[in-house]
Order: sequence, then structure tokens, then C-alpha cells
Amino acid sequence: MNLTLKIWRQKDATSKGAIQTYQLEGVEPDMSFLEMLDVLNQELIDKGEEPVVFDHDCREGICGTCSLQINGEPHGPDRGVTTCQLHMRMFKDGDTITIEPFRAKAFPVIKDLVVDRSSFERIQQAGGYVSVNTSGNTQDANSIPIAKDKADAAFYAATCIGCGACVAACKNASAMLFTSAKVSQMALLPQGEVEADRRVLAMVEQMDKEGFGNCTNTGACEIECPKGISLENIARMNREYLRASVK
Amino acid sequence: MFANEVKERIFAFTLLKIITNFMAKSALLKSSLAKKYWMAFTGLFLCLFLVGHLAGNLQLLATGEGARDQFNEYALFMTTNPIVRVLSIVTFASILFHVIDGIVLTVNNRKARPQGYASFKPATNSKWSSRNMGVLGTVILAFIVIHLINFWGEMKFGGLDDTVYQTANGETVKDLYTLTIRTFQDAEMGLIWAIIYLISMIAIGFHLYHGFGSGFQSLGVNHPKYNNFVRKTGVAFSIIVPLLFAIIPFYIYFVLEKI
Repeated sequence: MNLTLKIWRQKDATSKGAIQTYQLEGVEPDMSFLEMLDVLNQELIDKGEEPVVFDHDCREGICGTCSLQINGEPHGPDRGVTTCQLHMRMFKDGDTITIEPFRAKAFPVIKDLVVDRSSFERIQQAGGYVSVNTSGNTQDANSIPIAKDKADAAFYAATCIGCGACVAACKNASAMLFTSAKVSQMALLPQGEVEADRRVLAMVEQMDKEGFGNCTNTGACEIECPKGISLENIARMNREYLRASVK
Repeated sequence: MFANEVKERIFAFTLLKIITNFMAKSALLKSSLAKKYWMAFTGLFLCLFLVGHLAGNLQLLATGEGARDQFNEYALFMTTNPIVRVLSIVTFASILFHVIDGIVLTVNNRKARPQGYASFKPATNSKWSSRNMGVLGTVILAFIVIHLINFWGEMKFGGLDDTVYQTANGETVKDLYTLTIRTFQDAEMGLIWAIIYLISMIAIGFHLYHGFGSGFQSLGVNHPKYNNFVRKTGVAFSIIVPLLFAIIPFYIYFVLEKI
């Protein structure tokens, strides 16, 4: 496959970036998207040019490190996958592919395609945890019975890998799918219920502070989420917050 | 008449001031979620208003001698009944609140992405109506202004003597029925008004298509047991209500006997 790549290049956080065009030949359809970028970078290095900087780690769709807005969609045109799981067979020979960083005020670009997603971590730190002492006195898991549907819903919420595709896809750059998943995975379980009120108030406050937009229920996040996190979580967060703020 | 106008303006200005002060200071409005609750709450209240308004308007489809009497008596009731007066003030406040809250949210949302994408394909993951609520809302707001000038303004401030009407018990009231029929039967403007109203109702339809379900989601009502019901009700509501509203001007222009 021969491709035309339009890639956002930006020297550092303070520089003004621009789209640059690259021609890449001999791309295999079985390559992952990141492997295709590896090939491009090897060519750039061979030519003595600066390689394109992009985030990646596990390359098996579980770490949430890879990002990229590919042809106007986070993680590209495939559904339920991260960029590392996106294969070049999703594209055709001769295609032009536009590759940009995730765009949000709360996700500032560090270099090229890499953005700083520590705003997500600060939301987590604001309340996305359970304050129980687990050292040495851990209970047997079966001593706290949990309804199957609740356990499942909590598990599905917990599959969020915090990649930021929801923010990238949202026309308002809202982080409500991420925040609601982190609120839900705890609020649904008895261990997390104790701190539920404090948690949701603190996490939403932090989310607002970071400068994310507001959810307008377009549902783009749910479609683009590589883990299929449901909008039900946002509704749950809305309920939790309403309940906590009138108490 | 002049004193009344000044009173109305002072009232509107005070209301606006109270609302903007409330929005700037209240804890119930500060957070992003609180703004969503208010958007949903006022929006769903306005859905109820639409039902009431439609029920009243459908009386315009009536023909014969009694049609004028029936509609004007209904109009008299709507302008004098104290409960309806309170409801109409709440409706105006809701519209104002919905608009201001919408503007505040839109400005925040724009700020959340200072640098846009070179390539952005929202059509692959969301519906057009859900992404254009602001545009649709602006069209609806413009319509509300036109609609108020057409009828509410005429009723309140208009001095059309020939549309003054005597009720059965001898009271003199303005003849809203004749005013309405004449507006839509006007040789020059009647059809144009009908088309303007039709376009506005299409905008309301799309606004409701997203807004109805979105309101429930914002208030946290999302449950597999009820989602289908809410979705179907929303779709039906967004088609039936605007359609029935839009039929009335065309019915008056094409079908109803000329007066």
C-alpha cells in the first residue's frame, strides 16, 4: 500500500504546529497503525530527519497510552479498538490519512502527536479511590455478596483505560464519560458506596477545574470508546451528583 | 397603555437581573452538571408547555359559528386566570433561563477546545440534531420573538379596534380569533407566515428529537427498563407536536372559510 500521511508536527508545547505531508510506500495491510508509523519513523531517521513523536506502550489495547485522531476520529475508523489494534487493512492503497493529536484545552500538546493527559489523573486523585486499609486484613471476597448485575456494571465501567478518546471525540471536549466510568466502578460496589457522595462531588469539581467541556448527550464518546463504556455511566454520575449535592 | 408597557419592561429587566445574578452566584448553578440539570428541567417543562399550547391552538381547526366564541373565551381564560398567569410567567422565565444557560454552556464548550481539528468527522458517531442544538435553539428563539410580535404583542399593545369582541356576557375583549385567522389569510403575507411557521416547527422538531431524551439522560433517568419507552416517546413527541402546530396556519390559509 502507498499512502499520503498528513501529520501534525509541533516542536514543543509552546511552538506553533502545522500539518506536514509525507509519502509512505510499501505498507503491509497486516501492519498495525503504530507499526506503520514505526516504518515512517525509520525512514525519517535514515534520512536524518526528526521522527514523529507519538504515545504507545503495551500495543495490545489495554494500557490506554496510544491516542491519535485519525481521519477525524479518535483511534481511527474501526470500532472498539485502540490505535495499536487498528490495522492498515482498514485503509485502501492511495489513501490520504490525517493524523492529529487529541484536541482539548485540558490535553495540551507536548510534542507532535503526544498530549499531556495528566488532567485525567488529577480527576482520579480527587476521589477515584476507596480509602480502606487493605494491608494484612483483607477480607475474603465472598464475604460481601454483590448482585451479579451490579458487579457486571462495575466491571464494565472499570474497563475504561483512560485513553481520552471520549474527550477527543466529543464536540465539547467533555470528560464526562471518563469521569462517570470512574465514579460508577466504585459507586456500584459496597466498598465504594461509603465515600460515594464525597467522591462524585470532588471528581466533578476537578473535572470542571481542568477546563473540560460539558456533555450535550451527543453520544459520540460511547461510539468512539475503545472499551464501549456506556452513556448509562454518565446518567449514573448525574444521579449520584444530584443526590450528593442536595444532601 | 404606556404605563403598562413600562411596567412590563421593568418586570422583564428585573427578571433578567435576578436570573443572571442567580446564575453567577448560586451553588446550584456553578458546576457543569448543575447547568445540565437546569437545561434539562427547563427544557422538559417547556415540553409540557408545548402540549398545553397545542391543545389550545387546535381549537382553531374548528369551523362554524361557535368557533370564534370558543377560541376567544379560551383566550380570555388564558389571559385572566391567575394560575395560567403564574404558569405563563414560569414559562417565560424557563425560556429565558434555557437560553442563557445554553449560551453559558456553549461558550464553555468552545473554550474547552481552543484548537480545532483539521479533520473532524462527527457524523460518524453522532446525530446531526444532537450537534446543532444551539443553531436550532437560535432559530426557535427568533421564531418565539416573531410569534410574540404577531399575536401576544398585538393582544397586549395592539390597538386594533376592529378586532375588539363582545362576549356573551357583554364583556369587551380583543378578538384573538379574528386576528389569528386574518394573519394567516392575509393575501400577501398569509402563506409566507405559514411557511415561516413551518420552518420554525421543523427546527423545534429536531430540537425536541434530541432534547427530549437528552433531558431525561441529564437528570439521570437512564435505565434499560425505561430507555426504550423514553426514546420512542421522544421520537413521537418530536414529530407529532410540531406537525400539529404546523398544520394550523396552512389549514387557515387553504381550507378555512375566508373572513
